[in-house]
Amino acid sequence: MATHRSPRQLTEPEIRIKALEELLVGKGLIDSKAVDAMIDLYENKVGPRNGAKVVARAWSDPDYKAWLLKDGSAAIAEFGFGGAEGENMIVLENTEKVHNMVVCTLCSCYPWPVLGLPPVWYKDAPYRSRAVIDPRGVLKDFGLELDDDVEVRVWDSSAEVRYLVLPRRPEGTGGMSEEELAELVTRDGMIGVVAV
Amino acid sequence: MNGIHDMGGMHNFGPVEPEENGPVFHEDWERQTFGLWILCYGAMGFSEDESRNAIEHTPPAEYLWTSYYEHVLSGLERLGVEKGVFTEDELLAVQRGGKGAPGGGPKAGRRVIGPEEIEPMMREGGTKHRPEADVAPRFKVGQEVLTRNDNPETHTRLPRYARGKRGVIESDHGPYVFPDSNAMLQGENPQRLYGVRFSAVELWGPDASKADGVYLDLFEPYLEPA
Repeated sequence: MATHRSPRQLTEPEIRIKALEELLVGKGLIDSKAVDAMIDLYENKVGPRNGAKVVARAWSDPDYKAWLLKDGSAAIAEFGFGGAEGENMIVLENTEKVHNMVVCTLCSCYPWPVLGLPPVWYKDAPYRSRAVIDPRGVLKDFGLELDDDVEVRVWDSSAEVRYLVLPRRPEGTGGMSEEELAELVTRDGMIGVVAV
Repeated sequence: MNGIHDMGGMHNFGPVEPEENGPVFHEDWERQTFGLWILCYGAMGFSEDESRNAIEHTPPAEYLWTSYYEHVLSGLERLGVEKGVFTEDELLAVQRGGKGAPGGGPKAGRRVIGPEEIEPMMREGGTKHRPEADVAPRFKVGQEVLTRNDNPETHTRLPRYARGKRGVIESDHGPYVFPDSNAMLQGENPQRLYGVRFSAVELWGPDASKADGVYLDLFEPYLEPA
């Protein structure tokens, strides 16, 4: 448990989670150090920098891109990324004519091995309610306006397949190395709510 | 269940508030809830389908006024009681500064997962794909289908906005664990999973963009031939 609490009163969720952990540790079901290791893994080690490496490779290497679009799980595993919430991956390519964006209207399914844990807005009602009925309006909230002839494909991850968007490579990046390209790739670009 | 969690297509929740470089957790209690949650799968002995089902049983008004990790917390409290790991009274007592009853419920005595096991365990994951299951596909890619207009009171992954709608099979993902059965402890009951495209006009009416579409991964029992 965190030890740097101020002397203020604990909030309701603070009391509840503290009690739940104490109870489960007391019953010998949970090791608190394992809880800390789980938090550390997803707070500090697994995150969108993983996905950025995958995208940069796809931008740099046409053979890798073809493999990634054909068998997302295997091509992503090449980097050692995989496992929980990314066992079965499909990668969606954004082009001049097709824009893909990903949502989970029923909960907040998200490809952890490549993007880490989802941002707050991805889990909240405004995005989950509107992404399917008004995707272009949602994209405007993120500052992206698409022409009418661009086809917007909204992927509602309603089962156990997880989706990663391969954004379009920005103009004027011809001479860049894979590492430099990876720096350009954003989490929101790989969810498909912004361009890169 | 026609629950509040099934939000696709609802209005009046306001604009999305992007947070470009926000932290993964905004509060310590969110951190602890996440870490404990994932370990509880093994420690309490529930599946992801049961976890989703428990979260969906958060009372609707509470679901709206609380945040994601509070939904998770509610789900864990519900599952702990349901699974016989602890009683509600016991949990309340600990919340008030008392002690839980000795004894660990049905999972007591099992080996407890240690910190060094976390990374390998998460990297291993656990696919719900069941390629070995003998379930021949009823539909083929390119075929038009109609989603069933069912309203089960139990867990399902066919959102309300896509019920009774006409779509086209875009892909066949093969057999996957069927959440509707698995969440209810009725076995994995693998079913064929299809990627289905619905036009925005079919889902939302003639004013929707003619170009756009929504893709859902739907289990075979949700579908009928069109």
